[in-house]
Amino acid sequence: MEKIGSLPMIKPKGPLWVNAEITYKCPLHCVFCYNPLDYASTFKSELSTEDWLKVFKQSRDLGSVQLGISGGEPLMRDDVEIMVSEASQMGYYVNLLTSGIGLTEKRISAFKEGGLGQIQLSFQDSTKELNDFLSSTKTFELKSKVAKLIKEHDYPMVLNVVLHRLNIDHIDQILEMAEAMGADHVELANSQYYAWALKNRAYLMPSEEQLRKAEETTNRFREKIGNKMKLYFIVPDYYANRPKACMNGWGSVFLNVAPDGLALPCHEARMLPGLTFPNVRDHDMEWIWNESPAFNAYRGDSWMKEPCRSCDERATDFGGCRCQAFQLTGDAANTDPVCDKSEHHHIITEQIELAQKPQPPAADIKPIIFYRDDKNSKALIEENT
Amino acid sequence: MSDGTLVKDKLLSLQKQFRFQWEPAQESYVLLYPEGLIKLPGSSGEIMKLIDGSKSVDMIVAHLEEQFPGVDLKDDVLDFLEHAYGKNWILTDD
Repeated sequence: MEKIGSLPMIKPKGPLWVNAEITYKCPLHCVFCYNPLDYASTFKSELSTEDWLKVFKQSRDLGSVQLGISGGEPLMRDDVEIMVSEASQMGYYVNLLTSGIGLTEKRISAFKEGGLGQIQLSFQDSTKELNDFLSSTKTFELKSKVAKLIKEHDYPMVLNVVLHRLNIDHIDQILEMAEAMGADHVELANSQYYAWALKNRAYLMPSEEQLRKAEETTNRFREKIGNKMKLYFIVPDYYANRPKACMNGWGSVFLNVAPDGLALPCHEARMLPGLTFPNVRDHDMEWIWNESPAFNAYRGDSWMKEPCRSCDERATDFGGCRCQAFQLTGDAANTDPVCDKSEHHHIITEQIELAQKPQPPAADIKPIIFYRDDKNSKALIEENT
Repeated sequence: MSDGTLVKDKLLSLQKQFRFQWEPAQESYVLLYPEGLIKLPGSSGEIMKLIDGSKSVDMIVAHLEEQFPGVDLKDDVLDFLEHAYGKNWILTDD
């Protein structure tokens, strides 16, 4: 192993986990979406079925074992069936990440037949749908139908709920609905502040009091329900004093391919300036993972600045998240400001202070919130060109 | 989740969410499950290979004893199977 600085410069042969964002098209408009703000620019350049199968094959040959099929809403494409069965035959464990919209009896049967490993159903209650969701009407009916399909096809019911300031106080109702749907695993993850969620951060970040109550409610529910339903509660990283070990390190285990073929070390990296991310149309996966300058940019620790460079925790958290460092400090090589050793940590504490202040109810802030929709995405593209 | 102890005459099978295979890149047998991988090097992979819904604990031990005559492997096999059962990687038929 080549060593640069004191962290081993690991160049694993290939990514263990490949995530295929097969389309950014989505029928939903979630205000916490982590897709890029300019996602609409990819609509005309989506990879073909053959392109995707080539990506899967090349990555599999490098030793990739987990494949995520996500989006946008992946079910907006009609070739998911062929991707699932081909990838499964290649030896992948295939995970489908969906809102459930478009999941029919016919499609789920084909997925099962094709060897799909698991389905993760997300609960996308944007504020637009919040009332709907909380009053158990349309959204709940759709989810229940999909949940039933998932169980009938012998899959565990894995539910992802994104929590934020506007829904976190209703966590008891959310949990009751999850139970009514027969969920086996429920991930209650607070929104992370990237892309659309960063734009809407002020409306999404819960107060400390909200978090404490929500965690208490979750614990009470966990005691009541026992092993029948597994609950995971994830707090926003802004409330920590050490950064998350983002992606287990840059170019370490994970590779994301965007709808237009851009290969990225995480979902968000497209935003980072100064790096040219390789496109799977132009390069093979072996070169992309092992040779491309972008995938090598933040491996090891030679890129690190102080306080990371001399920190004895740098092998634990790798300096946190490069995208968060860039978004909040303007330099991706800076320490993730979540770390309280960072000179920019005040950016985080200021946001946390803001989050403790009362805000008007959801209905009143509607015009200010940025919905993730094609109109807003196109407007943001124009703003930046 | 399994709560009891492993019954030795019941047939063992892989948990339905799991996929067991040889991984050339890892040079090892592995168990794949939602978003994860467990490496099963050496004998653990050889034991797991025998779990196919048609053999009980006792049958697996007998099979391995025949394959490796003179080696006292019963305790190790039991340890591994109990571990796998406790982790919910394998199930018994009921």
